[in-house]
Amino acid sequence: MSDDRFDAIIVGGGIAGTVTAYLLAKEGLEVMLVERGNYSGSKNVTGGRIYSHSLEKIIPDFAQEAPVERKITREKISLMTDDSNVTIDFSSTRLGQQGSDSYSVLRGAFDQWLAGKAEDAGVQMVTGIRVDNLIVREGKVCGIVAGEDEMEANITILADGVNSLLAQKLGYRGELSPHQVAVGVKEIIELPSEVIDDRFNCKDGEGTSWLFAGTPSAGKVGGGFIYTNKASISLGVVCTLCELIKANKTIPQMLEDFKSHPSIEPLLKGGKMIEYSGHLVPEGGLHMVPKIIGDGVLIVGDAAGFCINLGYAVRGMDFAVGSAECAARAVLKAKETKNYSAEFLQCYQSFLDDSFVMKDLKHYKNFPHFLEETPRIFDGYPGMAADMMTDLFVVTGNPPQSMTRMMMKHVKQIGLLNIAKDGWKGVRSL
Amino acid sequence: MRIVNTLNVDHKLGINKFHVDEDNAHITLKEENIDMEEYQKLVIACPAGLYKVDENCSVQFDYAGCLECGTCRILCGRTILEKWEFPQGTMGIEFRFG
Repeated sequence: MSDDRFDAIIVGGGIAGTVTAYLLAKEGLEVMLVERGNYSGSKNVTGGRIYSHSLEKIIPDFAQEAPVERKITREKISLMTDDSNVTIDFSSTRLGQQGSDSYSVLRGAFDQWLAGKAEDAGVQMVTGIRVDNLIVREGKVCGIVAGEDEMEANITILADGVNSLLAQKLGYRGELSPHQVAVGVKEIIELPSEVIDDRFNCKDGEGTSWLFAGTPSAGKVGGGFIYTNKASISLGVVCTLCELIKANKTIPQMLEDFKSHPSIEPLLKGGKMIEYSGHLVPEGGLHMVPKIIGDGVLIVGDAAGFCINLGYAVRGMDFAVGSAECAARAVLKAKETKNYSAEFLQCYQSFLDDSFVMKDLKHYKNFPHFLEETPRIFDGYPGMAADMMTDLFVVTGNPPQSMTRMMMKHVKQIGLLNIAKDGWKGVRSL
Repeated sequence: MRIVNTLNVDHKLGINKFHVDEDNAHITLKEENIDMEEYQKLVIACPAGLYKVDENCSVQFDYAGCLECGTCRILCGRTILEKWEFPQGTMGIEFRFG
């Protein structure tokens, strides 16, 4: 290394930062990664599952060696009320095909595995150090400040997560607004692997992703989730902040009530809670992406707001990998020409535009707004579905009604026009 | 309507692994004139239930047990919080599973 200057310093040892570091070190660059926790993953939380497509490109067959939990081969979506739960249950061998497969993961183990790969590739991993600031000279980012220490680099990559105080200090974005982020709370509940197989009707090594709209988030924008791990269940509630503060109960209470719902409680019986976590999720989509390129600096992953919540699918980690790959390509190009100016680094934006990262963010750009503007998804439809099912399945001995009349009674409560409008708007935003 | 936090999250936090920095509070509330309407947002939204109201209706906050999510920063960073930063390196929550 010449004059103590790194080619690249990466702030944050999550997936985006570690993959960027790994790709750069593999090409022979001098790379340092700084993580504030005692190990990579120690500050990170996922729901969660990772869609494999983007990491598969970088580390082929990664699921064979990485500490993934279960391959997801069953997708469930529910509309939940206080006493009922209406579920769509999709299981298919099509869900597990290599290249489009997805896995439940726990970030503690997963991120440490990824950090090991980066270290093997030559990344200098520094843990337990908080980066307080950036060295900025004449508008150009020249490295990092941590306590009394300064380290310089040709390029600094900010992978410091959804809160990204550094991007804010640079003035690349203002304060996040409560409608751009959701808070998630999660419990990990330990259960024997065979019990999970039985309760979730899974083959060994395969698992279920299950999302809920309705009462889990007290009828507010958000929902509940369950992912099966090898020998535990990840169970939680997510709620958009601007909505949460109008709720009639606290978020820890929402989680408790979700756990004791008659459809959920039996699934958890005998389980032992082994960790309780909370984390923010960037949910604003394309509209919340800040300035991500500057002189000597790029922003990747959650820090750049690269995340999509579609209600039936939540994606962040594959975007972290995708943006890391684009950033690494841009840095390699910059290294070749020794030009780390914002102008030259615009190639990061072009790479993103050509990749699924921007294509998907642009495609779904109106969806976060649609969810926020359509409260009926969370406080109307779950009740309607439960009432319809009750009329179908509950036999009382009373005289029968025609099916149309029976169903229209519930539809009318919300209004046929409203349903048509919501459906149309929803489909259009997808 | 005032939502009272009747659920105690402390026993859940007790299962987690923390390295509490006893000398440095990484989050502090303003010392006086706390706007209770703002504070109420944090009572509802803090995953760790750290923003409490005691029997005398006065605020009670302890940063130990913080999950470092940033919810309070986004909701009240400009109103009733004096300071919000990440704990020093190595300190704070350490997720074993995540």
